[in-house]
Amino acid sequence: MTTTTIGPDVTAGEAAGNHPRGEVRVCDTTGLAICTTAERFMKLHAVFAVVSLLIGGVAAILIGLTRWPAVHLLPADWYYRLVTLHGLDMLIVMILNFEIAILYFAGAVLLNSRLYSKSLSWATLGLMLVGAVMCNATVLMGKADVMVTSYVPLRADPQFYLGLILFSVGTLLGVINFFGTLYIAKRDHTYEGSVPLITFGATAAAIIAVVTLLHAATTMIPTYLWSINLLSSIDPEWYRVTWWGLGHMSQQVNVCAMVSVWYLLGHLTVGSKPLSEAVCRSAFLLYILFINLASAHHELVDPGVGATWKIWNTSYAMYLAVLASMIHGFTVPASIEVAMRAKGFQRGLFGWLANAPWSNPGFSGFFLSLVIFGFGGGITGVTLGTQQINIMAHNTLRIPGHFHVTVVGGTALAFMALTYYVVPLIFQREFYAKALCRLQPYLFAIGITTMSIGMSFAGSYGVPRRHWDVEFSGSPFAPAFDSGAHVMLGLLGVGAVIAFTAVLLFVLLVVAAVFFGRSNAGRPMEPWHVERGVTAAVRASHGAGEDEEHRTPGTLVLVLVFLASFAVYYFANWLWLSDVWHVR
Amino acid sequence: MSIRPPAAGWFKAPHGAERLWIGLALCWCLVMSIAMPYWHFYGKQNSTGEAYRVEPGAFAQRVQRFVATNQVGELNGIPIVQPAPGGDAYLQAQMWSWFPVLKLKKGQTYRVHISSIDLQHGFSLHPLNMNFQVLPGYDHVLTLTPTSSGEFTIICNEFCGIGHHMMAGRILVEE
Repeated sequence: MTTTTIGPDVTAGEAAGNHPRGEVRVCDTTGLAICTTAERFMKLHAVFAVVSLLIGGVAAILIGLTRWPAVHLLPADWYYRLVTLHGLDMLIVMILNFEIAILYFAGAVLLNSRLYSKSLSWATLGLMLVGAVMCNATVLMGKADVMVTSYVPLRADPQFYLGLILFSVGTLLGVINFFGTLYIAKRDHTYEGSVPLITFGATAAAIIAVVTLLHAATTMIPTYLWSINLLSSIDPEWYRVTWWGLGHMSQQVNVCAMVSVWYLLGHLTVGSKPLSEAVCRSAFLLYILFINLASAHHELVDPGVGATWKIWNTSYAMYLAVLASMIHGFTVPASIEVAMRAKGFQRGLFGWLANAPWSNPGFSGFFLSLVIFGFGGGITGVTLGTQQINIMAHNTLRIPGHFHVTVVGGTALAFMALTYYVVPLIFQREFYAKALCRLQPYLFAIGITTMSIGMSFAGSYGVPRRHWDVEFSGSPFAPAFDSGAHVMLGLLGVGAVIAFTAVLLFVLLVVAAVFFGRSNAGRPMEPWHVERGVTAAVRASHGAGEDEEHRTPGTLVLVLVFLASFAVYYFANWLWLSDVWHVR
Repeated sequence: MSIRPPAAGWFKAPHGAERLWIGLALCWCLVMSIAMPYWHFYGKQNSTGEAYRVEPGAFAQRVQRFVATNQVGELNGIPIVQPAPGGDAYLQAQMWSWFPVLKLKKGQTYRVHISSIDLQHGFSLHPLNMNFQVLPGYDHVLTLTPTSSGEFTIICNEFCGIGHHMMAGRILVEE
């Protein structure tokens, strides 16, 4: 191993790194030094993620076609089994694999450091793989029809809980590897000053992930002991409170990772930079500080936890985390606006947006993710998380209607958009069928939004979630749902078909590129778009004056429209609430 | 540059539109924070989560006693039970039925005790769309005042096994 000292010929911020000989390459597109060990594990986790996306996606279309009353595809037992499998593979296996890959990128690559430990990386991958296979196999054998929440005293085979524990331990080791990388990068001075914003966001995600995984251990270890009869019982309310410390907080890990990806893709696609580093970083800090008890909004109509506990935890914690999302919701598009205006797209309020690289799947995917997450997921989530409004929404299809626009239309779409850069930059392969690549994010966005609208409105008619037969055949008291509910369930089905087509297309495009794509080693990746109308003069003036840097009238209009929609939806729900029976 | 360390002195207060937006967003979050406690004191739809520990067997006995003293009829083989206005009513969730059928009077207030004797269930009143969680071991007390009359269906909306989709009950409300 050679050690290099930072000499006067090395400019600030371009420190030498701490890579062992032969374990580093320079990216031909971005100029970043890439630790090849980190790169290998990013590839492995990305492949793992795409495989689980495919499994979860096949489950998704079968579930979607079952909830479409006109099709009603699966028998009841397989419907519930695949709902469990779908939640597991999408919410846990797919997303956490992507996040481990992002942590390795934000730690090793962005800090110009080697990955802390190769053996920890193998342990992470191995445990996650064994855990995922155990869970999937147990569910498919019909021994764990318990949904992803596995509320006690509903009981699954011990293998299911053990698989979850192994998967969580593996993920925790990956997070420790990230912290180790932060440590050695700081120690070896591989960068100067503060960490880049994306590394900061990833660190926030990692800190929340540790708290989440501690909740996972607190919930799942006793539950495992109960499943093998070493504990006589688990209190169902205790389980719900601690489980949601895992269940919802893990979604905040996704939010941090997703927002970091937004900033990354903004930079890669239009060269944006954060408006104010201090604001972006403070917003990430708000996530860390205030998300801890906001998961209380899953227990808003539970017995055994009092109104004071419910109101306090959802009002102080949830809304300060919401504030963070609203800040990013401004800063991300504003930074795009500033970058586009600096390129010369100055006309009108929205000339910058109209001329944005919509033919670049990295851009379209990320911007659609931002819009869908904000307008669809943010507004519905905050409204449903209000103590009283939750009375109308708890366990109805409104809940999956909400989280499919946050986790799927938001996070999964952002990760897909990122893949259009991961494959050429990390796998060093070019995509085939560029036109299909360009279509894919739009198709997915349309599908998932249609599906979620169907779910949300069906839920407003009282259609329950996780429910095989809306006709209630065989029941002594069948409710007669409004025909509008059936229309909305049909919309759900149509949206699911479109979204699944887009998932399948994505998997095919990625597999074709990774295994059969042309190598671009030794030269920059083929650009997704060519910038039009950019003069050298305006490019040179980019970032010249402070005032020019902060001129964002278009974004201000967009966020004011957002705030107005938010207020209308929020108060409309209070109005609907005043129609239901009085309850204390 | 979000992928490089920022230049020294990056910690600056926001200004312009960004500062305006943070102010607006904070105000909106405060409005929402105040709405919940406000409605708790002045609104009429609040789930307070009042509950008592109860053994499933003991709860089932209370339900039986309640049915024996207050039964007024039968519907689809399930007793219809009419509690006294202002009094206690009992509802038992079990895979995969709600027991018994309750008959209430519009405008009267009842303390409805709901519990499960096996798994977790969900109480969802159709077509009103009011939803509450039902846990074994917890007597969930809902102080309910029906403000509309007619026939209402209770759907289970928490997954409770393979017959979950057949678990429905009834509440009758007369003028």
